[in-house]
Amino acid sequence: MSNPVIRVENISKRYRIGTAQHRPDTLRDLITAGVQQVGRLFTRDEYESPSHIWALKDISFEVERGQVLGIVGRNGAGKSTLLKILSRVTDPTQGYGEIHGRVGSLLEVGTGFHPELSGRENIYLNGAILGMRREEIDRKFDEIVEFSEVGKFIDTPVKRFSSGMYLRLAFAVAAHLEPEILVVDEVLAVGDAEFQRKCLGKMNDVAQEGRTVLFVSHNMSAILRLTQETIVLDQGMLVKRAPTPEAVDHYLNMGLTKQGERYWMSEELKDNQAPFIPVALRVLNPKGQVVDTVNAAEGFSIELVYHITTDISGLRVGIYMMTTRGEYVFTSFDMDDPQLFEMYSVRPPGRYISRCCIPPNLMNEGRYVLGVNASVYRIQRYFQDDRALTFTVDATGAPGMQWPEPRLGPVRPKLEWSIGKVER
Amino acid sequence: MENSRRQNNQIPVVYLRPAAGWLSIDLKELWRYRELIFFLTWRDIKVRYKQAVLGIAWAILQPLLTMLIFTLIFGILLKTPSQGLPYPLFALSALLPWQLFASALQRSSISLVGNANLITKIYFPRLAIPLASVFAALVDFGVSFIVLLGVMAFYQFWPGWNFLWLPLIVLLALLTALAVGLWLSALNVQYRDVQHMVPFIIQVWMYASPIVYPIETIPEGTWRLLYGLNPMVGVIQGFRWALLGTTPPDFTMLISVGVVLILLISGLFYFRRMEKTFADIV
Repeated sequence: MSNPVIRVENISKRYRIGTAQHRPDTLRDLITAGVQQVGRLFTRDEYESPSHIWALKDISFEVERGQVLGIVGRNGAGKSTLLKILSRVTDPTQGYGEIHGRVGSLLEVGTGFHPELSGRENIYLNGAILGMRREEIDRKFDEIVEFSEVGKFIDTPVKRFSSGMYLRLAFAVAAHLEPEILVVDEVLAVGDAEFQRKCLGKMNDVAQEGRTVLFVSHNMSAILRLTQETIVLDQGMLVKRAPTPEAVDHYLNMGLTKQGERYWMSEELKDNQAPFIPVALRVLNPKGQVVDTVNAAEGFSIELVYHITTDISGLRVGIYMMTTRGEYVFTSFDMDDPQLFEMYSVRPPGRYISRCCIPPNLMNEGRYVLGVNASVYRIQRYFQDDRALTFTVDATGAPGMQWPEPRLGPVRPKLEWSIGKVER
Repeated sequence: MENSRRQNNQIPVVYLRPAAGWLSIDLKELWRYRELIFFLTWRDIKVRYKQAVLGIAWAILQPLLTMLIFTLIFGILLKTPSQGLPYPLFALSALLPWQLFASALQRSSISLVGNANLITKIYFPRLAIPLASVFAALVDFGVSFIVLLGVMAFYQFWPGWNFLWLPLIVLLALLTALAVGLWLSALNVQYRDVQHMVPFIIQVWMYASPIVYPIETIPEGTWRLLYGLNPMVGVIQGFRWALLGTTPPDFTMLISVGVVLILLISGLFYFRRMEKTFADIV
């Protein structure tokens, strides 16, 4: 039954880092490096030397024909390296892999577009670069132009295109490839909402036709919509492969295991973090204890501790509440109240705590992500961490608990209802 | 539909493995990508003359102006012998294959770095890039060849049957450029010193070839043999002979061909060995 289109076994990729010292870019560097290398021969195993980094380590997985597989991971987790290996741009340092079929890659749309050439010329050039044959391009030319919506500008040099037109044309060419395996990386970050919907639709079609798609994105809702299964990469390793909703939850919770409290270490912050230095974010129960799980019926509070090193006027500190899927529940700032806004129009240096109370019976049960932000409206953003902390809300005692079913939506407010019998 | 069915019947299987040692040269794959080579060549030509008022006329002006300068300095002022030919014709008949070689070499040696954005994003045989650069030079050559025919007509020279050798001689010039270009382009990926060296190499190489002076200037015997190590000696001598019926190429031609073959084969292997790392270091 098993008929994998892609099979990779223990694929690893090692890169050199610290290029300035270690990679001889000019002959002079080569000569100096040569001298150093003789010395290094006796000291260190080259494979484990700190000038190398494993971008991927022992990745193994299979993809079946017609499957749409999501790949998620933070920046630097190895997603791009994996795609480059699968599309043969670069070779693995170790390991083995098999790919059955043509791989069409959309690693950054518009690769090979030349600004001096017209839209028409670029369609042919880009098509050829992506691996289409000439008659194939001829056949699909009108379709491509129509999809891109650049119409009458088709004979204008693309350097005169708006960036939106440029990207639409580029995606249109790439989208009309017919490879057995399509590798898509972050193309949906471009274009307006209308065009994005079109792109997603096109990708859906591709999957419907039984072709295999590898889809890399930071857009969790696109991943959830388009893929059934997802792999999660972290620091070059495959840490999870699961049905997409589970994998996305795992990804969003990664590295957020601290219990109800988050401290910012100095190495996590920018060197020039002053004048606003975040210290800690905490979730507290009504007794003032730092907890990972709060009770929705009792209410809880969230506090952010921070240092200010010079006078800041107009500073506002706030939180974003999000579900683990990345949907916002609400945003709130400590200066929302006009009275506080007056009182703290300028904050002198010192240590501060901004605390906000979440009233009882607001949140539904589930796991939530807290983001924090400190900024002066429209002037400057001092600090932002979109995924500072996660915590769990327990629904014991919440409205409607007589029925054990899960309730939809992130909030579960206690609302006034009245029931009256209407007499006819 | 029909198309996809055909593809299903013969789905290519690709194996991903660490790059190991000297790879064999996959000419079949290169042939499959012939349309890409065509489009890259076409792009190079198209882009070169975009937004230039004179456009492709530059391919005529360049050899013509160089011919005039050489005639003035070497022909009239220095009275360099010219194998019994009018000096302008003597110079132009060498400038043509020379400029073909020089521009092919120049373009191909920087071609990989110039196309870094392609190399780091998409797979295709990397050989397509220097090959396209070399082919693009051929178009300029074709245009300036018309000028040569014009100058020949002006001096009332008509080529004999030797003319038929011309394509082979042009091919030798291209292969020479490709052979050196393969080495230099692959080296340039890692050592950008190469692109600073190329103009200098070309200049020295020009004076080491019988362009402004006839081959007879070089003493016969050992010196002439050593001189023949420069493949462009054979190319230029052969080109003049095929068109204008001057001294036919002798054993120097054999040496030239031998040198080109050695450079080309070693260049191909070096290129193939390095190509797997281009995307990582370019």
